[in-house]
Amino acid sequence: MTVKATELIIFAIMFGTVTVMGFVASRWKPGTTLEHLDEWGLGGRKFGSWVCWFLIGGDVYTAYTFVAVPALLFSAGAAGFFALPYTIVVYPIVFMPLLRIWSVCRVHGYVTQADFVRGRYGSPTLALLVAITGIAATMPYIALQLVGLEAVLRTMGLNQAGWVGHLPLFLAFVILALYTYQSGLRAPALIAFVKDILIYLVVVVAVLYLPIKLGGWDSIFGAADAKFQQTQSSADGLLLNSGNQLQYATLALGSALALFLYPHTVTGVLAARSRHVIKLNMSALPMYSLLLGLMALLGYCAIAAGVRPLQNAATGGSDSSTIVPVLFDQQFPDWFAGLAFAAIGIGALVPAAIMSIAASNLWTRNIYKEYLRRDATPEDEARQAKMASLLVKFGAVVFIVVINPQYAIDLQLIGGVIILQILPAVGFSLYTRWFHRHALISGWIVGMLYGLWMLYQVPNPGTGRQHFGGSAYPLKDVSLLGLWSPFEGSNKSIYVGFAALLVNIVVAALVTVILHQIKVFNGTDATDPADYYAEEGDETVEPVYERVGH
Amino acid sequence: MSLQRPPRPQQPRQPQVPQLQWNRWNLLLLIPLYLLLTPLYNRVTPKLFGMPFFYWFQLASVVVGVLVTALVYIMTREDDYVVTGGPDRLNVDALDEGAGR
Repeated sequence: MTVKATELIIFAIMFGTVTVMGFVASRWKPGTTLEHLDEWGLGGRKFGSWVCWFLIGGDVYTAYTFVAVPALLFSAGAAGFFALPYTIVVYPIVFMPLLRIWSVCRVHGYVTQADFVRGRYGSPTLALLVAITGIAATMPYIALQLVGLEAVLRTMGLNQAGWVGHLPLFLAFVILALYTYQSGLRAPALIAFVKDILIYLVVVVAVLYLPIKLGGWDSIFGAADAKFQQTQSSADGLLLNSGNQLQYATLALGSALALFLYPHTVTGVLAARSRHVIKLNMSALPMYSLLLGLMALLGYCAIAAGVRPLQNAATGGSDSSTIVPVLFDQQFPDWFAGLAFAAIGIGALVPAAIMSIAASNLWTRNIYKEYLRRDATPEDEARQAKMASLLVKFGAVVFIVVINPQYAIDLQLIGGVIILQILPAVGFSLYTRWFHRHALISGWIVGMLYGLWMLYQVPNPGTGRQHFGGSAYPLKDVSLLGLWSPFEGSNKSIYVGFAALLVNIVVAALVTVILHQIKVFNGTDATDPADYYAEEGDETVEPVYERVGH
Repeated sequence: MSLQRPPRPQQPRQPQVPQLQWNRWNLLLLIPLYLLLTPLYNRVTPKLFGMPFFYWFQLASVVVGVLVTALVYIMTREDDYVVTGGPDRLNVDALDEGAGR
């Protein structure tokens, strides 16, 4: 396979531009020092509506999303479209909770959701569980961004076997790691502008141009339908069937509930200047959902265009994440394909940077400072977080290079399930302290084990693997300790994360009732009801520079 | 406690601050959840521009999501006491008015 010069040059120019921006970002609206987590890890907590829109948008709608969702429609049909209802219902659902978490974190200077839990219950253990869950769920997510980036690089011809094939990826990540180290959250915030404008441009052109070129939506959907008719499987098709509708709905709802529990999204929210900014963004962010929905349909365009996924020369397998890059490569002139690849490639850098910062914040605040060095100064924290961010990114690269990328996809699936298990501790606690802290820990443990156990049992008929093959669990297999199967004979399946969350909540509630009955102390609450409504400018909300204290 | 923050300014809390602020407009936020009822839209006809109903209906629902959040944003704006530009401290009277919601 030959290297595509035009595409590669345009890609390199764009990549070079954002690299410069990444380094310069440290001087963008600078605070008095970067040696403080409020500055390095949260960009000074002063991003306005536009910056937040680009930042959170760049954070949620990642390169992987833009590559994987169309690939899902390409292979499975309607079931893959869950990403659209998911990203529509998420904003109304999180509208109010996000305002509360922003306010309380702003008043108390909390940097992570685990900081909040610690303050709310005075429980370092519960905070530790939240932090570990967050880090564990984020790591494979970062690795997945590399999958998106690599799909693009390989389509452009950089598809060598062995470690040489991973070299471009490695180089890209070293650069990313360096400017994230220097500029903190400001780097992805600034780069997100470039990424998102490029993505919008590419998607708008693609969804206007490709249907015309491929004979209109009617024939595109016709081609997709014909493909699904041919397959043996009954699970695919242009519509959902009676078996996967519940899965579709619970996966959409479960993913929506999970989204703003991830550390990187919380980081984006806490970086906002005010409640006002967050509210405005809840209406503005769905613009990206529209984009994602349209992008998803490119999966069907790829079917109509007869796209075949590339063989990944490093793993030898067929790489379904190359569907969209190959489609662009075939259908667009080289210069535009180069632009599109730059959009996807930079689209991988932004979330990868934010995720590594968020994971580092959790590590620093809730593990390093809590358990390893209690007397760490803000400067120590910032230094520690910067080092951690390097380590996290290096870990993600090693992961992709050494281990089959398929595992990153599986782990990300698991990540979605486990991150949901902190919903009671983080989400419910924003509203009530009725749940007992020990009960929340119990619920977390049970939900986690149950979720992982269910995932372990799901095979993947496509790849012939026995375990961790998907997140749809057949209802007929649900039973209470093997004694009672309430849904026997059902052909429906449910999203594992959602089922595990329900069990988590039930356990947490039961244990809470018991602990309240025997009057076990439930920790002290450092927060005040009014903290949850504090807005920029209120007396309890101090200017960040005063806290940074230089 | 290990979380570093400076001592809070010593000021009496407004006793009228409610445990939970509620505004009926917030109920609108439930509307987009109709998307979880898949039987509503899991069919091919009527098509739009050759797109099966399943697809264009969900794409159109993005607008519903935007309208709902925008409406709630507008209708609950007075709940928040917005101060823009700089770290200006409110005087106590203004704070009373703003916080006494």
